[in-house]
Amino acid sequence: MDAEQQLQAIKQAKVLMVGAGGIGCELLKTLALSSFQDIHIIDMDTIEVSNLNRQFLFRQSHVGQSKAKVARDAVLRFKPHINITAHHANVKDPEFNVDFYKQFNIVLSGLDNLDARRHVNRLCLAADIPLVESGTTGFLGQVTVHMKGKTECYECQPKPTPKTYPVCTITSTPSKDQFEGGGGGVSLPLARNFSLPLARNLLTGTISLSCLVHPCLSFSHLCTPVLGCFILFVHCIVWAKDLLFSKLFGDKDQENDLNVCSNNATSSSEHAEDVFKHILDEDIEQYGRRIYDHVFGYNIEVALANEEAWKNRNRPKPTYSSDILPDKLIQQIGNLDNGATDDPSSVSAMGSLGLKNPRDIWNLEENTRIFLEALKLFFGKREKEIGNLTFDKDDQLAVEFVTAAANIRAASFGIPLHSLFEAKGIAGNIVHAVATTNAIIAGLIVIEAIKVLLCDTNSYRMTYCLQHPSRKMLLMPVEPFEPNKSCYVCSETPLSLQVNTHRSTLRDFVEKIVKGKLRMDFPLIMHGSALLYEVGDDLEEDMAANYAANLHKVLSELPSPVTSGTVLTVEDLQQELSCNINIKHREEFDEENEPDGMLLFGWTQAPPMNMDNSLPV
Amino acid sequence: MNRMKSLHQEGRKEQKRYLGDDQWRKARNLRALLGVLAQTGREGVLEQRRWLRLRMDGEELTEQETALYDRQIRVWGVDAQRRLSKSHILVSGMKGTAVEFCKNIVLAGIGSLTLMDDRMVTEEALSANFLIPPDENMFSERSLAELCCDSLREFNPMVRVSVEKGDLSTFDGDFYDKFDVVVVSCCSLRTKKLINEKCRKRSKRVAFYTVDCRDSCGEIFVDLQNYTYSQKKLVDTIEQQLQYPSFEEAVAVPWRALPRKVAKLYFAMRVIERFEQTEERNPGETSVADLPSVLKLRKELCETQSLNESHIPDGLLERLLAGRREFPPVCAIIGGILGQEVIKAISGKGDPLKNFFFFDAFDGKGIIEDISNPDTGS
Ligand SMILES: [Zn+2]
Repeated sequence: MDAEQQLQAIKQAKVLMVGAGGIGCELLKTLALSSFQDIHIIDMDTIEVSNLNRQFLFRQSHVGQSKAKVARDAVLRFKPHINITAHHANVKDPEFNVDFYKQFNIVLSGLDNLDARRHVNRLCLAADIPLVESGTTGFLGQVTVHMKGKTECYECQPKPTPKTYPVCTITSTPSKDQFEGGGGGVSLPLARNFSLPLARNLLTGTISLSCLVHPCLSFSHLCTPVLGCFILFVHCIVWAKDLLFSKLFGDKDQENDLNVCSNNATSSSEHAEDVFKHILDEDIEQYGRRIYDHVFGYNIEVALANEEAWKNRNRPKPTYSSDILPDKLIQQIGNLDNGATDDPSSVSAMGSLGLKNPRDIWNLEENTRIFLEALKLFFGKREKEIGNLTFDKDDQLAVEFVTAAANIRAASFGIPLHSLFEAKGIAGNIVHAVATTNAIIAGLIVIEAIKVLLCDTNSYRMTYCLQHPSRKMLLMPVEPFEPNKSCYVCSETPLSLQVNTHRSTLRDFVEKIVKGKLRMDFPLIMHGSALLYEVGDDLEEDMAANYAANLHKVLSELPSPVTSGTVLTVEDLQQELSCNINIKHREEFDEENEPDGMLLFGWTQAPPMNMDNSLPV
Repeated sequence: MNRMKSLHQEGRKEQKRYLGDDQWRKARNLRALLGVLAQTGREGVLEQRRWLRLRMDGEELTEQETALYDRQIRVWGVDAQRRLSKSHILVSGMKGTAVEFCKNIVLAGIGSLTLMDDRMVTEEALSANFLIPPDENMFSERSLAELCCDSLREFNPMVRVSVEKGDLSTFDGDFYDKFDVVVVSCCSLRTKKLINEKCRKRSKRVAFYTVDCRDSCGEIFVDLQNYTYSQKKLVDTIEQQLQYPSFEEAVAVPWRALPRKVAKLYFAMRVIERFEQTEERNPGETSVADLPSVLKLRKELCETQSLNESHIPDGLLERLLAGRREFPPVCAIIGGILGQEVIKAISGKGDPLKNFFFFDAFDGKGIIEDISNPDTGS
């Protein structure tokens, strides 16, 4: 292509960048250097200390200020004559509607959460503006071009993917508030428990947790609502390793969000402060049980107190050590004394308990024993190291402790448990150099953006940045996938729903399907021209009352009855998304396999992928 | 509790008196950064605890320092961070790619970075350089390296960034002993070979890298000499040994001895490099007008090396000749890959690439090529 033509296209382009974090800083810099003249940035975040050593446009003096605005000012210092407009706002704010999107030639996304990504995807589709999506985790990254009708959208179905794969977002607890907290009295138990700053850093790449990408489990697509158990379990590992383990054995001085979840209860903060202290002469098992009850029992209770947060989710179950192990551990474990000459680095809770195979999955009781025993061994044999330990996957006892803690937490949340072998693989896969991956990904985004501006459709590529070369490649471009013809987001194919119309209420439908599966925030539900339900701030009182009444009614008894054969239209006005759902009545549902009591077809949840090294070329 | 606290305060005052304010703070930060983990024995443990408590009470260890320390230890592990923070890196030639690289390693927290580039600022130098604000008053009498140095220091106060004047290829071997890694950018074939040889002659290993971007293409060359590292598999660790050829050895490997599908960019870069050498051009001082002579050179080289000329397309050569200006996205990509490689080599973690890396924005592939003698591996 002609260099001059390319430069013209760049100079005339109006670009919207969403996200000014890890990728965003790099992207804004590269766009400016590449002669882009008109850039808008949206980011609602403010700068935190922990951002500083990765997000290179920010300095200590900027802490607390808007990322979007500081990034703009920093770039204007070396490129003063371009236009950068900073929006310190939530990308989901209604002001960023279809008309807003339509003023741009292209949207570039370096977002850190699935929910905002979906939202941007839906608006780009509605405005018919091409979107370049990106994500990084550790050494891994991905850039994808989404163009309506030409390539898949962000929410098209998942497909088999390379062995190592970037998953850039925490998806286990899809709450729109997940990453938006950062203060106030609002408690978001799950998000908080998973550590707000940690989660955000993970996603923006300021901290490397490529444990999200497990080399022996290939799984789903960056761009799809991955809700596999594996990822959920990864969260338990992250929690056990980065929060609990470092709280108990690491530097006591470091920031640790283990207790943040209880900060809305005034009296509990003290409770939280002291619980981790080992009181002089306190029996170690007693101490272990206190910790256990605090993190698996009390903290979960605190989290549960916020009813709002659990409306859509399975409620976790608080776990107390005395329920699992009523009696004090007998002294087959307490062989602390006879092994006084043992090398402290080789002590093992599995050894003490006679558990041999690291590939076995321990049950809750075994995990509880390992948890208490490992804690005992740390205090009994490796006391010198306490306060200075960092998790090391070659440290057997540390891995045992983290595995047990992750599993107990997983059990509370109803997530399948994993073996030590698996947990070690997840916990240990720590890679570095995240700043560099962000830089690389930003470069790739700009290359794709230029192709889009030149309408060079045939050369669009989806590019993976890999940790280990595949066919000699570290940067691997593949042809973009075609749109999924039955994608409910980017195609007009209707969905179908099997439901017992005499038993399920409109509320069930709204919560489980419209919000739970279709991820709509402000849904409007119509049967023909009859409005059944609507969410909005500006509803008339009588309408609001009508809708509230409708929610309690079963589908077949609504003012405009929904029965087998009915076609419902569901819309989200902010997302500009609309889809039709064909209703089919079905009498019975299997409680265990179909707990929702309804089944949606034409909508796909990412299936767990099999182990597969093949690459989609 | 109060008694404990006052004891700590006493201890702190004592340390301070002994070391002097500034030293004391430095020592504390350094300790904080390194995790104070090397000490053993009862005394050591007591000492560690004391430091940790001091840190907790201390008001002088800023939040920023704590955050820097925390994240790096968490992400890299103590050992890798210790190696990084003790490493010394020299970068010669401050164009866009080198600037990207410098940003990456300064953020990662290396010990020191020395910059070399005595050229004055030109418009071209500014175009892919985000370290230099276009304030013309600042440019007078100041070299590219000096201007970049100022900005890089701000990125991470824990890294010492400095400037060395002069021509690297004329420096004595001793000079190289100060560094663990030497990165050269935009320099001639002759200089590359010369500096590489000087690095190789040192008694300790000085890792050598070259990096170049032309148009929307980039090349990295790596020489880690004899490099042993532990390759981590899921469950176990294998000792891996790699033998790297020098730049001179690598480019001397007969083309017909190379595997069939070597990146075209490899050959094209060698042709251009050779062209600049014969014509005594400065690196990058080429234009499309040179194409006929370059095509002639290609023919000669391909004939002597028995390589089909189609392996080096005209279009590619033309792009490389014309592309004086760096393409910023490619600078970011190549600077990022180079950053990762240098971090791997210093920390001893991860598989380092051997020994060339190519990226071409045209096809979007980032390819590793092992260009070494098939018999010896080097
Ligand atoms: Zn789609």
